[in-house]
Formats: sequence, C-alpha cells, structure tokens
Amino acid sequence: MKTMPLRVTVNGEAKEWAIAPGDLLLDVLRREGYFGVKRGCEKGECGACTVLVNGRAVNACLMFAAQAEGCEVLTIEALAHGDHLHPLQEAFLDYGAVQCGFCTGGMIMSAKALLDRCPNPTEDDVREALAGTYCRCTGYRKPVEAVLAAARGGRK
Amino acid sequence: MNSDRFIVGHNVRKVDGVKLVTGAPAFTDDIHLHGMLYGKILPSPYAHARIQRIDASRARALPGVHAVLTYLDVPRVPHTTAGQAWPEPSPYDTYLLDSKVRFVGDRVAAVAAESRAIAEEALRLIDVDYEVLPPVLDMEQAMAPGAAVIHDEPDSKGIYDASQNVAGYILREIGNVEEGFRQADLIFEREFRTQRQQHCPIEPHIAICWLDADGRLVIRSSTQVPYHCRRQVAMILQIPVSRVHVIKPRIGGGFGGKQEMVLEDICGALALATRRPVKIEYTREEEFYMARSRHPQILRMKMGVRRDGTVVASQLTVLATTGAYGSHATTVQGNTGSKVLPLYRAPHMRFECHVVYTNTPVAGAFRGYGCPQGFFSQESLVDEIAHELKIDPVDFHTRNVIRLGDTDRLSAQLGEGKEGLPRVIRSCGLPQCIERAAAAIDWRRKRKTLPEGFSHLKRGVGMSCCMQGSGIAGIDWASAFLKMNEDGSFFLQAGASDVGAGADTVLAQIAAETLGVSLDKIVITSGDTDITPFDVGAYASSTTIISGGAAKKTAEKVRAQVLEVASRLLDTPVEKLACANNEVFTTCACRKSVTMAEVALHAMYREKIQIMDGASHFNTDSPPPFCATFAEVEVDTQTGQVRVLNLVSAVDPGVAINPMQAEGQVEGAVAQGLGYALTEEMLLDSAGRPVNPNFLDYKIFSAKDMPRLTTILVQTDEPLGPYGAKSVSEVSVNGPAPAIANAIYHAVGVRIRKLPIRAEDVLRALHAQRSEPIPEEILVAQ
Repeated sequence: MKTMPLRVTVNGEAKEWAIAPGDLLLDVLRREGYFGVKRGCEKGECGACTVLVNGRAVNACLMFAAQAEGCEVLTIEALAHGDHLHPLQEAFLDYGAVQCGFCTGGMIMSAKALLDRCPNPTEDDVREALAGTYCRCTGYRKPVEAVLAAARGGRK
Repeated sequence: MNSDRFIVGHNVRKVDGVKLVTGAPAFTDDIHLHGMLYGKILPSPYAHARIQRIDASRARALPGVHAVLTYLDVPRVPHTTAGQAWPEPSPYDTYLLDSKVRFVGDRVAAVAAESRAIAEEALRLIDVDYEVLPPVLDMEQAMAPGAAVIHDEPDSKGIYDASQNVAGYILREIGNVEEGFRQADLIFEREFRTQRQQHCPIEPHIAICWLDADGRLVIRSSTQVPYHCRRQVAMILQIPVSRVHVIKPRIGGGFGGKQEMVLEDICGALALATRRPVKIEYTREEEFYMARSRHPQILRMKMGVRRDGTVVASQLTVLATTGAYGSHATTVQGNTGSKVLPLYRAPHMRFECHVVYTNTPVAGAFRGYGCPQGFFSQESLVDEIAHELKIDPVDFHTRNVIRLGDTDRLSAQLGEGKEGLPRVIRSCGLPQCIERAAAAIDWRRKRKTLPEGFSHLKRGVGMSCCMQGSGIAGIDWASAFLKMNEDGSFFLQAGASDVGAGADTVLAQIAAETLGVSLDKIVITSGDTDITPFDVGAYASSTTIISGGAAKKTAEKVRAQVLEVASRLLDTPVEKLACANNEVFTTCACRKSVTMAEVALHAMYREKIQIMDGASHFNTDSPPPFCATFAEVEVDTQTGQVRVLNLVSAVDPGVAINPMQAEGQVEGAVAQGLGYALTEEMLLDSAGRPVNPNFLDYKIFSAKDMPRLTTILVQTDEPLGPYGAKSVSEVSVNGPAPAIANAIYHAVGVRIRKLPIRAEDVLRALHAQRSEPIPEEILVAQ
C-alpha cells in the first residue's frame, strides 16, 4: 500500500510515522498506542476520540492523519505526569464524574480546551464545551461539577 | 447512619478511576495482538428471507481473507443469546448462522481478513441468492391468520407457539380481578404505546478471540456476563467449558445490551477456523440494529378505584415484540407486570401478555427490564385517576403505594421463567421519597399557580413513583475469594462484572469495611472466568446486594482467620479482638495491637498458612429500591416543543455503599429516561430497514440538553443487603416518562400516551383540544 510520512508532535514528542493517505488521525493514534483516544462512532457524533490539535478540541475520527502534518497533538495520555494527575483528572475522580470511563478522555480534553481559553467558565460555558461528547452513564451533572471545580482550582 | 463505618457509606474514589481518567489501555480494544485479523459480519438486507444458495468462493479467494463462514460451515446448535442463568428461560431459537434470515441485520456470513478494508471487500464478494419472504413488521399483525411464520424451523425449543409467532405468553392473577372491578366506583382504562429504544453504550459491542499457548479459546469481550458467555460459547462451538477463558476488561457501558452473547460465538468460531486472533467490533450503525434494544409494547392498563381514591383492582394487558429472536422475551415482559402492578396495594391484580416475534431488530435486556413501559402506563393512568377524583397525585400515591411489611403476592406467581418467591417489603423509604422530592420541586405551590396569561410557554409539574428489584430471588448468586498478602493487603477475586457502574469499588469497600483495612489494601480482580469464582453477572440490579453479599461473607471468613493468627500473636482470645485501621487490637484495657502486615508475615513465614477463603451468596427475596420522580416542564403551545426544566429523583437504595456513585447511577438512569420520554426511537422503514442508526438522527441527551437534576438519596436499612444496601442502578430510569407526561398535562391539558413524546404529537393534541372538546374519558360509573 502507498504510504506517506507524517511528521507530528504528539504529547510533546516529535514523531515521524508512515501513514496511508486516507488514514484517519483516530486510527493512526490508536495504532501507535494512544489507546486513550476512543472509537465510539467514527462520524464525529460522539466525541469519545476528542484530542487537541494546536490547542483546539477536534474529533480525531473526522481528521485525516495527514492533516495533522506539523501540528501539535495532545491526547488524554499527556495530562498526568507520573502519579501527578491534572486538576481536571483529580476533579473527575473527586466528583464521581467517571463511570465507565469510555467517554472520559474525550470529555476531559474538551474541558481542557475550554479552560485553556476560558479559565473562569460559567456552567453554561461548560455544558456548551461538553456538548460534543456524549456520555451515556452520568447524566452530565457530575462531569459539569468536576470541570467547574477544576476551574476554581481546588477540590470540594 | 454510617458514622460508625470507615469506608462503607463514604464517597471514596473509584478504585479503577485513575486508569480511566489517564486513558490507560483498559478496554477490550486497547491491545495489539500479533497477527490479529478483522472480523466482519454480512448483515441480511432483507427482513425475512431464506438463503437459497450461498457461494463464498470469490470472497475466500481474495488475498488477505483467512476465513469465510456460512451456515454450511458451522455446527447448528439451538440456543438463546440471552445471558441468563442455566437453564435460560428464553427460547432456544437462535443459531450461530442459519439458512434463514429474520431481520435486516441478521447474520448471513462472517469473514476474517487481514484488514478491515479487505474484510469489507470480502463481504461484497459473497454471492447470496435469497428467497424473499413476506415480513411481519407490525406486532399487531404477528398473530393474524396468514401471517408469515418467522420460526418455522423444527429444531428450536421453548417457543410458546411458533405457528402463531408467539415467543412467550404470560397470564397471572391474584384475587379475582373481575370481582375487584365490580367493587370499584370508577374504572379507568387506557392504551399506551412505547417504542424501540437502543442502549447506545459509547463503546459498541466488541470481542477479540484467540487461542492461547495451550490451544484454549480466549475471549476478551465487552460483556456483562462472562460466565454465561463461557457456557453458551462452549455449547455453541461444541468445545468443553474448560477450553474457554472469558476475560472482561473495563467495559464502556452496557445497560443490559451486553447481558447478551452478541459477538463472542461468531468471533470465537472465526478464531478457531483461522487459528489467529480475530477482532469483531460493531460500528455505531451496526450497534443500533445488530445489537439489542428495548422491547416495544402496546399496553392496556385498567384500574378500578373507590371514590375515596383507594385502588381495588388493576389489570395490565400487554402485546410486546421481541423482534426476530426471543432473547429475554418472557422475562422482560414478566417484569412489566410483576414489578409494576404491586406498587399499589390492590387486592385484585391481573397481568396478561403476548410476546410476539416480528422481523425487526432483536430486543433484549435494557436497564429497567420491562418496567419503563409498565410504569409509563400505570403512572400516567394514576395521574388521570387522581385528576378525575380531584385528589392531589402526591396524596393519591401516599395513600395507595406498597408499604413496609406488605407482601407482594404477584411476584410469587411471576418469577423468571418459573414460579417466583413472595416479596416482603422489609425496608421502604417511598413515603419520604415522595415528600422530599415534592418539597425539592416546590410541588404544592407550583400545582396551585397554574400558568395563566398570554404567553405561549406554559409550565407544569408532574410526578410518578416506581420500584424495581435487587437481584432475581432464588436465581441470582455470586461468589468471591480473598487471600492475604504479606504486607497486610488482600486480593479480592470477584466473579462480578463491573460494567462501569462502580461494582469493583463497592465490592472493595465492603471487603475493606469488613476486614478493617483501608481501601488501598484491597486489590480487586473481577469478571475473569479463569481467575475469579462464579457470578451470574451484572444485571437485574443484583451486583451490590448479591455480589456484595458474597464479598461480605468472604471477608467475614477471612477476618476470622486473621483473628485466629492475631490471637496467638497477642496471646488474647479471639472474642477480645477487633480489626480496624489496618490493625488487629485487643478490646480489653490492655490495648495491645498488631498490624495486618505483622499478622500476614507471621501466618505465612512462621505458621506456613495462607490466609484465604471464599464464599457464595444468594437471596430468596428481591428487595425493591423505590423512586419518586418529579418533573417540571415548559410546553411551547405554538410548536408543541417540551422542555424539561427540573427533574428531581428521590431514591431509596437501602444504604448507599458509596453515595456519590449511587447518585451517579440515578442521574445516568434519568438521562436515559429523559431520552426514552422525549427523543429516542429506533425507526424502521416499510421494509424493516433501520432509518436512523446514528447519533445525529437518533437523539440522546447531551450536556446542553439536560434539565437541572436534583438527586436525593433516602437511605433505609435493608435486612437482606450487605450493610443494608439494596440496589440503585435501574429504578430511576422508570420515572421520567410518566412524570413528564403528567407535567405536560398539568401545563397544557393534553394527555400523550405514546413514547417518545414528540413535539408534533403534543401540537396535534393541542389542536385537537382547541377545535373540539376533550374526548370523554373512558370512564364507567358503576
């Protein structure tokens, strides 16, 4: 099969991968072991594959890997440093915002994109930011509370 | 209530939480296996057809294809895909692959190839000649004379009447319902219709199968029922149970849809045929119509009441369709009667149900398990009755609902596939649930101030009550095993299947509390048939009470062993010892103590004893959790659009082992209940093809769509539950649909008796209301 090189920075590390022109960013990331990027619909409807590309939250299933050439990609795997969790991750645990956890990575990445550009969001801001990530477990109350708490910079 | 407990009753973090928030590889698909093939199923394009000829030679010749299986290549073993305890009460009407297809999406063939693209290409190269048969798509036509017979094969077993397309039939009565209606002052009867709802787990069904170094079949699967799956796959593939190993990793949501062997059998067959690892993962579209869904029903609910508002008789007559196969057919529908009617203390009750086959996607277990349909009908009708009698629905409920000490006699007649056991109410917080939820939504004020004025936006409030079970009485059972390590930690091996609802955390909390150790001292492994002892699996709201009961018994036995060793170390009789804070200490004045680690080291290296034990647990009763749901809606009279502003759920789960997780269960169930009430419906066209198998056209609630949720836990102490726990995961899914329908009536005076309640239905009803008088109630004064 015809391949092409992809030069991309993933979670701060420079990568050069051989990809097929039609490969989705979702498939390439999972193939390379970034399993935190989940496959839920492959149509940009569920948001489980949300990653940050140059700081913007995108559905990795709606982007060709080739489009990430030269970009900075951030996945859920980048947020914790060793045992030190990101404040969003701490808040999701403290507020019971995780149930099955399948959408959690995407949801946290959507929330991170929000907090990076809007450090003091309202509840409506948070709901808008999370609206692209379906969760079938929580009813969203606890994830919204967790994001607001993380924005406040503290625990309960 | 839990002040004397260290871990139970506290909001501890999920024990599996860190790996989930960090995106660690924890789910079925999060592994790379060398040489793994992609499996793909050829779905039937027809709702009903016989395969006259199937030729896979072109597909098999495609480079990269390793196997193509048709019905000619596999054993024919009738079975059910329902993940139920043996002997399953569902009919054995399903085959690994068959020469007949019975719904659009039914299996025609399966391939395994080196890439997904090759597998998809191979499907296109399978030549099939179909004899297209007339389909039965409308459940009301299924029993009609001349309707096509869907299961005409001779070898299926347990079908009630295949010639009439009846998968199952139920008739149960307590008291004498005709006599009951004669005693009533008023009789109300209405018809309700409910839709086909899909579970929509964000992780679709997936299985990866391979042969291990010993040639045993390993099944890594997104399943709620590892043990049932092992038994069923062994039977279908005709290999010994001992040659099958089912691994349940983290599961991305199940909701009942994974209480079902959907992929494991065919994936296993491909792995055996190719001797390579094979993965089959449903796409989102396939998940909609090739997995399972909630049974659509037509319900006729009849209640007789006295003028003072006392319910004397109730009767529910149901027609339901199980789709093309009878998975959970009689058991789901049995629940529609047995868990719904006894909410009221009527002395006379009758439940009758036909479950029919149609050439539609297969229905199965789904959170609520028959109750959402029943409670929508019953609670809507009760609201109508209360209105007619000019009694506040809160008062009507309080007067009539089941109470502490009552015996529910209908459950005794309606077990899972056989006679059940009587249900005695040993804990009941329902009155407090009603009271607290009413206060939270400001019921008395909002019911009085009916929205007047010229605005096209009208507000209203409505309520409903419901109950569920906690495990299947006399059937569900579980076991656990514990062993102590030399650092004072414990390995807990539980057959239970955490599907994301927090079972591992709850079981670890119960074990830690019982052993007197901190939660980090419990390392839990669950749902692996080689490692953990048996458990029926995650369904029927059974895990906390049944698997939790097994964990508690096991921990008690192990604690006794710990105390024996500590007794020798501390030279103190066992009766004067206690465990807490990772220590064993004397309860007498001397206050001597040893750490758990010291006990373990001594036992292992001095006494040469492994501290370990296991226990099994079951209950002969299924204590119901209760829920009161109150909704406030705003109806746009120009468009019919219904917006839910507030939704309050007050739930009695017994003791909440982890209140934060229990709230999360309630809120997730409410979100699914909201979709059931307002937006979710799988639609089929006139040929039985799915119309909306995607998240754009099948609408589930997002963070932005949700109303303000209020969750109230009304904790009671259940004598049959570990530390007083009952269950919490299902009950509150039943409440939103009737509460919202009743709130719509309060807001604009129209009754919608069909789900989902779409804007166009409300608008149509509003028009009908304006242009002509409200239709007379079917109201028979005696």
